[in-house]
Amino acid sequence: MLNKAFIILKHEFWQTVKNRSFIILTLALPVLAILGVGIYQGVHHWYHPGVPQEEKIGYVDYTGMFGNSTSEPGVQFILYTDEQAAKDALLTKDVKEYLVIPADYLSTGVVTRYTLSREVAPSTKTTGQITDFLLSNLLAGKVSPEVLQRVETPVLLASFRLNETGEIAPNQNVVASYVVPIVFALLFMISIFFASGFLFQSVTEEKENRVMEILLSSVSSRQLLVGKVLGLGIAGLSQVSVWLVTLEVFSRVASSIIPALSDLSIPASLFGWGILYFILGYLLFAALYAGIGSIGATAREGQGWSTIFVLPAVVPYYFSYFIVTYPEGAVSRALTFFPITSPITSMMRLASNVIPAWEIALSLIILAGSVVLTMWLAAKIFRVFLLMYGKRPALREIGRYIREA
Amino acid sequence: MERAELAERVSRAGKANEAMNVVEVSGISKSFKGVKVVNNVSFSIGQGEIFGMVGPNGAGKTTTIRMLMDIIKPDSGEIKIMGEPINEEVKNRIGYLPEERGLYKKLTVSQSLSYLAALKNMKKRLASERAEELLKRVNMLPHKDKKTDELSHGMGQLIQFVATILHDPELVVFDEPFAALDPVNTQLLKELILELRSQGKSVILSTHMMNQVEELSDRILMINKGQAVLYGSLAEIKARYRNNSVFLECDRLPDNLPGVVGSKAHGKYMEIFLDGRVSPQEILSTLINQGVKVDRFEVSTPSLNEIFIQVAKEGC
Repeated sequence: MLNKAFIILKHEFWQTVKNRSFIILTLALPVLAILGVGIYQGVHHWYHPGVPQEEKIGYVDYTGMFGNSTSEPGVQFILYTDEQAAKDALLTKDVKEYLVIPADYLSTGVVTRYTLSREVAPSTKTTGQITDFLLSNLLAGKVSPEVLQRVETPVLLASFRLNETGEIAPNQNVVASYVVPIVFALLFMISIFFASGFLFQSVTEEKENRVMEILLSSVSSRQLLVGKVLGLGIAGLSQVSVWLVTLEVFSRVASSIIPALSDLSIPASLFGWGILYFILGYLLFAALYAGIGSIGATAREGQGWSTIFVLPAVVPYYFSYFIVTYPEGAVSRALTFFPITSPITSMMRLASNVIPAWEIALSLIILAGSVVLTMWLAAKIFRVFLLMYGKRPALREIGRYIREA
Repeated sequence: MERAELAERVSRAGKANEAMNVVEVSGISKSFKGVKVVNNVSFSIGQGEIFGMVGPNGAGKTTTIRMLMDIIKPDSGEIKIMGEPINEEVKNRIGYLPEERGLYKKLTVSQSLSYLAALKNMKKRLASERAEELLKRVNMLPHKDKKTDELSHGMGQLIQFVATILHDPELVVFDEPFAALDPVNTQLLKELILELRSQGKSVILSTHMMNQVEELSDRILMINKGQAVLYGSLAEIKARYRNNSVFLECDRLPDNLPGVVGSKAHGKYMEIFLDGRVSPQEILSTLINQGVKVDRFEVSTPSLNEIFIQVAKEGC
């Protein structure tokens, strides 16, 4: 029994991993990760080509108040006695722009700026430099340098999210705590669908190309089902492993060089539970797909049926923002326990680190139970429908065949 | 039919009664949706014989074969193959060419063959050696590394034959093997089937094409509407259904031949019906004595097709 199932397992595994689309999908993530880090590094390097050159801004002061401090970081302010001199300096590019501070500046706050470059609005950098220049001259001698610094930059906001016990919750980084669960769930979903999709394809193909009956004269339908499910499952598992390793390496590299991802870390529990949820989730979909695949005479026919299960399965993805934001809400809980949505929802909640142990346990028990039930059903459907090529049976007929089998 | 060949066929038919039958089926039945597709069918097949299973489409042949192959289980009755109920070890010694047959489109010829042989528990090396040998036999060796969807339909059929007998099975089952075969491949398959018999293999040949069975089989089982209607040695059955007539081709037919009750013209030749008291030999000697120039004188044996039509009528 096991010997022949193993031959089928080996055959299905190798046929899958040698498949071009499987290889591309598996390697896509590592390649994207390497590209991402590479591009970030490149852009980073290219954008900061060394110490920026000091710029010069001219000004004409009719108030006589702005002569004390003429130097701000990155910029030198040069005083001109009249506007014509300042304009000449601008036209000869001695300064990149000049300001005219009128005599009534204190009461109106109006400063006129002249520049040669086209712009929608002055850049924040320039506005900041001008503001700082005006502030430091207005307050010079009236407040201490420390106060002056605070007036220029009054706040550097640092926010922290606390959990119920008043401790600082992990994963403070917005990017890390939202992106990781969603990316993770997406990959997980792709891999489960891909592996069970391959299973579906392999069943319908053997039915369509009429190899099925030749196979069934050598092996039992049960051996065929076991061999296929395990062979393709191992292929899917190797794909997920490649991705998990990639994510782990990427998160380490990325958190050390990209500031926005500085606390990007993947909870260790994600790996262990991830594998378990993957196995059960895959087995559930494999059983469903094998059953459906054996009913239709052609791949096209079965495809329509399989949509019935794909649609609910991607529901957690539509709700992903909700699940990540309210991981303990009623919807998140319900999706955790419903077998078809449970693997992906649980992975999202595990990735965002908010799921109590009892919920994991309960969802796994429900999932495992559903796997056993669907496998048993699939084996029966498999046996009855593998050699039926006639018209597609009605739902009621399928029910009767299952009872008769 | 030559007397010697007839004698040989009868003796082959007798072999089925020897101690160890390759196939022993007793009283199997199968119903689908409350309709009895196979109804209490029994037969046995001896070693080294070609066993024809005939009957119209939908008679229950394929269902019977699928039960033999353990693809579906009979509702009642018993099947023994090589002396034991079918099991994995026995399956490895059977070759099966189903009616619905095909190949993996994306695999090469040798990949397909090696996978199918592995499923029959054949060692990889031995399988590839034998595949080479058989591909050579059917002139397909140059195509062994092609993907099967690059092959023509007829070439694909040859690969399927090779896959069926690759693991050197002791029992080979062909279900409608001649359907959609061109004359060249039909001839090749017939040769292969006769070769199998000469190697002492047992062959089941299931088809609605009675003439093919007539040409190759030693013994037959005729099924109609799920029931066995005729079973036994082909020669015996033919002798049993012989109708007293003679095919005659001659320059003139004298009137009032003793023992002749009627005649029917078939164009170039005619069929004369005897009363059953006068033997064909006596008619021939009368004709010659009367100076008739005889070109053809043949005691008519009904074709299997005619026998089937007769049996089907009787059954109704």
